[in-house]
Amino acid sequence: MTASAIRLTARGIGHAYRDLVVLEGIDLDAAPGEVTVLVGPSGCGKSTLLGILGGLLAPTQGEVRLDGELAPDCLNSVTTVFQDASLLPWRSVAKNVSLVLEDSPLPRAERAARVAEVLAQTGLADFAGAWPRQLSGGMRQRLGIARALAVRPAVLLMDEPLSALDAQSRALLLDDFAALIAGAGVTCVYVTHHLAEAVRLGHTIVVLSRRPGRIRAVLRIDRPIEGRHAEEPALVAMQARLWALIRDDAARAEREIADV
Amino acid sequence: MSRLDGPVAFRARGFAARDIPAASVATLVGLVLLWQAAASLGWMSTTFLSDPAAIGRGLWQLARSGELWANLSVSLQRLAIGWTVGTMAGLAVGLAIGLFTVARSPGMAVVAALFPIPKIALVPLFIIWFGIGEGSKLVTLGFGVFFPTIINTVAGIDGVPRALIRMGQAFNLPWRSIVLKIVLPGALPSILAGFRITTSTAIILLVAAEMIGAEKGIGAFVLQAGNLYDIDNLLAGLVVLSLLGLAVSWGLGRLERALLAWR
Ligand SMILES: Nc1ncnc2c1ncn2[C@@H]1O[C@H](COP(=O)(O)OP(=O)(O)OP(=O)(O)O)[C@@H](O)[C@H]1O
Ligand SMILES: [Mg+2]
Repeated sequence: MTASAIRLTARGIGHAYRDLVVLEGIDLDAAPGEVTVLVGPSGCGKSTLLGILGGLLAPTQGEVRLDGELAPDCLNSVTTVFQDASLLPWRSVAKNVSLVLEDSPLPRAERAARVAEVLAQTGLADFAGAWPRQLSGGMRQRLGIARALAVRPAVLLMDEPLSALDAQSRALLLDDFAALIAGAGVTCVYVTHHLAEAVRLGHTIVVLSRRPGRIRAVLRIDRPIEGRHAEEPALVAMQARLWALIRDDAARAEREIADV
Repeated sequence: MSRLDGPVAFRARGFAARDIPAASVATLVGLVLLWQAAASLGWMSTTFLSDPAAIGRGLWQLARSGELWANLSVSLQRLAIGWTVGTMAGLAVGLAIGLFTVARSPGMAVVAALFPIPKIALVPLFIIWFGIGEGSKLVTLGFGVFFPTIINTVAGIDGVPRALIRMGQAFNLPWRSIVLKIVLPGALPSILAGFRITTSTAIILLVAAEMIGAEKGIGAFVLQAGNLYDIDNLLAGLVVLSLLGLAVSWGLGRLERALLAWR
């Protein structure tokens, strides 16, 4: 199986909700097969930017482009994984996955095989027939990932997929995500405000300023993400640098929210 | 200052009313027996309210003579056609209002203006328009069902979480699939809750329309019995209506359990 190799480029992205300017002059390059992490203070426009990258929100300025070769088995070039997993409560676990394959030209057997494969990859094989309400928070997020992997996306956009979870599930799931993302060879843009997540997963870490969000800094970590540990001295040092960049903005953003 | 000395008292009592199916049956049977006892022991006069045994005998005779079925079948047919057509139309219009901006404000304006008219007040008009026969009854019924169905369908669609629709769009699902697999199933609980309202509305309108101008049907039968001071048959007709309502509500309960098993 050859993975897609798609580069996602955003040029001069700006966005405003009515008079509220949320993003200004964002240029972003997400390299094929790499993870680009977006961090920044609360309300700086990370979700807005991700929505724009995924074609779910029309920017007031700028353009997002995709370039490269799509693998033949890719059914949906840009795919978003949401914070709350957005599962359909009236469909079983397996049916929640097959939902995104039912409109594809894939033959039935191939569809069933893909559903089984991604459920096995995410450790949900035993829950294929369960209702979403019977899953724990971590399992719901896994299902969200499984569904996204089923379409063999070229670009995977993830908006704080782990933020609803407790610290333990988050740490475990983070390792799984790293393996799945690396294995699928997708171009990934990952929003988080956990800096440990950022250094664990990111090849590139983009730091946004408080609203209106602009790019404050871009940091690189050139090591492969498989085998990284958030506690490694190099990554801990990177976390400290990130925090130094964000702290003042974050504190000011909090105060602004408190003033409203 | 007061001293504490003792176990923590359980305080989470109550607020947990449960269903006991056997109690529902027992209550109804008990009430009927009490009624029968009151009549048999002479505590009440049966001139104005027959006793259950007499009503039962009346029902039995009506059933044997075929008179019951002759009236009931006509009513059931009207109910089935009127309710189904009204529901289908209501679902279609509700879907359009729920999905399309062009239909929304105009549609809701018309609904808001026509919904408050008691549908029974339209019967004379419908008789002029559609004649005294089946037409006017079916239209009355269908009309009465149409508006609540629209309102519940729109409410159901509006209640579908935006995030789920976004999810469908994020996976590039075609419009048709988003409607069929996300919007409609999401609206289904509200639509089914609406069925409870529309079926009882339909029975009310059916009987009223049959009383205004019909030769056959449970409503006409009850009215005739009343005109003849035939209390046994009058009450037998009411019992049939009660049973009809119970049957419909039981059927809807089954439907809800089958379709909403995921809740
Ligand atoms: N649909 C909307 N209409 C109006 N304003 C919005 C809308 N969505 C977001 N905003 C505003 O835009 C700003 C950025 O929101 P966004 O959700 O993109 O921030 P974020 O960086 O994802 O924040 P968080 O870290 O808290 O998730 C916020 O000030 C928010 O109030
Ligand atoms: Mg956000």
